Amino acid sequence: MVQSLIGVSVPRKEGRDKLTGKALYVDDLRFEGMIYGATVRSPAPRGRIKAIRFDPQISWAEFTIVRASDIPGANHIALITNDQPCLADSVVNHPEEPVLLLAHPDRYLLEEARRAVTVEIDPLPAVFSIEESLRGDTIVWGDDNVFQKLGVEKGNVDSAWSDADLIVEGEYTTGAQEQLYIEPQGMIATGSAEWGVTVWGSMQCPYYVHKALKTLFGLPDEKVRIIQTETGGGFGGKEEYPSMIAAHAALLAWKSGQPVKIIYDRAEDMAATTKRHPSRTRHRTAVSRDGKLLAMEIDFVIDGGAYCTLSPVVLSRGTIHAAGPYQCPNVRITSRAVATSAPPHGAFRGFGAPQSIFALERQMDKVAAALGLEPDEFRRRNFLKTGETTATGQVIREEIDLAALLDRALRESDYHAKQARFARENGRNRIRRGMGLAAFFHGAGFTGSGERNLASVVEVEATAEGRIRILASSTEMGQGTNTILTQIAAETLGVPYEWVAIAQPDTGEVPNSGPTVASRTCMVVGRLVESAALGLKQTLLGAGLGSDDSPEGFARACREYTARRGVLRARSHYEAPPGVSWDDEKYQGDAYGTYAWAVHVAEVSVDTVTCEASVEDFVAVQEVGRVIHPVLARGQIEGGVAQAIGYALYENVVWRDGRMANAQMTNYIIPTAADVPPIRVIFEERPYPYGPMGAKGIGELPMDGPAPAILNAIESATGISLASLPATPEALMAALEQVHA
Amino acid sequence: MPKVPIALSVNGERRAFAAWPMARLLDVIRQELGLTGTKEGCGEGECGACSVLLDGRLVNSCLVPARQADGAEITTIEGIARRREWDGVRKAFLDCGGAQCGICTPGMILATVSLLGQNPNPSEADVRRALAGNLCRCTGYLRIFEAVARAGRRNPPGECLQ
Repeated sequence: MVQSLIGVSVPRKEGRDKLTGKALYVDDLRFEGMIYGATVRSPAPRGRIKAIRFDPQISWAEFTIVRASDIPGANHIALITNDQPCLADSVVNHPEEPVLLLAHPDRYLLEEARRAVTVEIDPLPAVFSIEESLRGDTIVWGDDNVFQKLGVEKGNVDSAWSDADLIVEGEYTTGAQEQLYIEPQGMIATGSAEWGVTVWGSMQCPYYVHKALKTLFGLPDEKVRIIQTETGGGFGGKEEYPSMIAAHAALLAWKSGQPVKIIYDRAEDMAATTKRHPSRTRHRTAVSRDGKLLAMEIDFVIDGGAYCTLSPVVLSRGTIHAAGPYQCPNVRITSRAVATSAPPHGAFRGFGAPQSIFALERQMDKVAAALGLEPDEFRRRNFLKTGETTATGQVIREEIDLAALLDRALRESDYHAKQARFARENGRNRIRRGMGLAAFFHGAGFTGSGERNLASVVEVEATAEGRIRILASSTEMGQGTNTILTQIAAETLGVPYEWVAIAQPDTGEVPNSGPTVASRTCMVVGRLVESAALGLKQTLLGAGLGSDDSPEGFARACREYTARRGVLRARSHYEAPPGVSWDDEKYQGDAYGTYAWAVHVAEVSVDTVTCEASVEDFVAVQEVGRVIHPVLARGQIEGGVAQAIGYALYENVVWRDGRMANAQMTNYIIPTAADVPPIRVIFEERPYPYGPMGAKGIGELPMDGPAPAILNAIESATGISLASLPATPEALMAALEQVHA
Repeated sequence: MPKVPIALSVNGERRAFAAWPMARLLDVIRQELGLTGTKEGCGEGECGACSVLLDGRLVNSCLVPARQADGAEITTIEGIARRREWDGVRKAFLDCGGAQCGICTPGMILATVSLLGQNPNPSEADVRRALAGNLCRCTGYLRIFEAVARAGRRNPPGECLQ
């Protein structure tokens, strides 16, 4: 029997290549005869395209030029509503919307030519905020600017207000956030009517790109092939936009007959691709004097930008998480995703939940203060317990103990002692300190019936030597897919970690195991790897493998089997855990198969002269089921917390007429090595029976809680109650001045 | 303007070629020399993904005109990768989870090598200062700090803090 690989920090599968510079990202690839592509974009937020002018100084005959009329199939990026064109035809709906494509062998001439194309626009009225969009004076999408509207009802909210001892209202807003993966987006494509289209590039979801290109070119499945190259970070930013870039590269390749590479520079990547949805949340909360939640009325609105893209799904997750991990008998959540004239907002780690959880966890502190209760005590009195129901009426069947997570977080952070000391010492000090916390949950996998509809598939195959290959479209983008799926397969089959390889995600070769999003890779795809590996083992058991065989015995069985029967391969299909049901119409039922649970505590200092807030210490306690790989899991939490610190304090997308005005790393600030506090990561492990070896989802969870915890700590340090993200020095200065005025 | 001749030593090898007068050292390394381990993250000297050693000094190769590197000694990640003396750094990054998506990793390794070359026993503050010019969006930096500390102290091989 080999030693268990689960809970062991084996070396990252592709780690060596990354440490030696050998790992090949899309911009590292060069093909014979390859030329470069560039995108001409809309200079205006909204309007009719009057003319496209080409500066006669440029020898345009040298360039491949693609317009909307060159698209062989349907001019849209197939996703949910198919409203987003691949190239704007007669109207533009946001700044930076792609209008025209150019290709040339020389990158420098290409850039010169891009600047020499003028798109003339007859302006149409545009909309730049949630408020303007809701007002409806200008309609920029559909009949009413609304992409999606959702409602959740539990109990009877209307009758609850009269019984309340206290009703507290609050309004909270969050800004956009740029994913800022360090590898900018890029694609290489080849294409011809005879061979179809092949694309290599940086992406999370090869089959999303596959679907988009089939529609765009009107090609059958087998004529479109999408291959993921090493991907330098995604965080959601490479979920849907890669389809657009792949489409552009493929159109240029199709027309020029040459391989075409498109690599965005940082400014183009920041200005044109998706960001986290800005949001506005209104809360009305009824409580009894003894600190029990009686009713929650929540109105949640997100800004989807100019096209629908993934907004309905982002809205769904944000809505379901809006009432948090609390037991409340009466809940009403109304929510809308609305259109504005900004580039479409999209997926970013947490996917709507960080926005609605920010509002809730600020509101919880506000209600606690109104009741005269400590923030931890108020939450403790209302935590969901096993057997109780969430806002969607989901009965929590798994064993959970949020109070224990809270106790652990308070103890590790020395919360109460520090809070008392800071209250004593802050006085009129220049530097004020405070503690803040947030309690939250995150559903793993697709929402509601999503996983059932995805119907993911994984295959595992064995060679005659007993070497294993996992075939899945789930991508490695730094989070550890290759490593954990390998661990799960090796553990299931009882073979060494080194015997298992993972196929490059290539739609020509691997089945569709679904998109690499939604904290689903470990829990859902990992389970499928486990099932397929079990299937393979079953086959071998029927063909002479002993149940306690060594790896050598396994290899022998593989050799005998393949000699007799040829290929040794097993396939698994998604099956929902028993007893899970969801009503898409009423938004009731089991929103997720399971949740990860967490309590995070931030210690913050605020310099009252420079108005800078910094996080001095951070404690993250969470329950994510069984931890497959402790170092990777810890890396997920620390990295997520760091991104959330950026979201809370630094990352400010400045909009000017729907265009990002600070599309540079110089003035869009993310946390550096100098900014991150010590982050103490603690896992409480409760194995989940329907996850591989007991694992649940982990990736998005740490993005949800730190921002409200940090703003709660700022309030505890300074008395300043901020309701908006990010809490930049400018925002803090304005608030401090108001207090002193 | 015509291309200008440039001769430099890359990872110990003499290379001569012609480059546009305003070509960046980064472009020369990646395109002329085909050393793609050096990455471009921002093109404006903010992220450090394009870090190389120029005459032993850590620089952002996206900010250095290739002409300025004429006659210089350049070390890229490919050069570091060949050197056994830095095995400890690679092992520490691997053990501690210092590399996730890997795109900042070559720059981080160069910055680490540059630091440890000058100060084999850096404090955490030293490490933070030395890596402050290299952005990482995946790790939150702490796994990297731990890797650098471990490589610096020449700790015996083993697993990092879990």
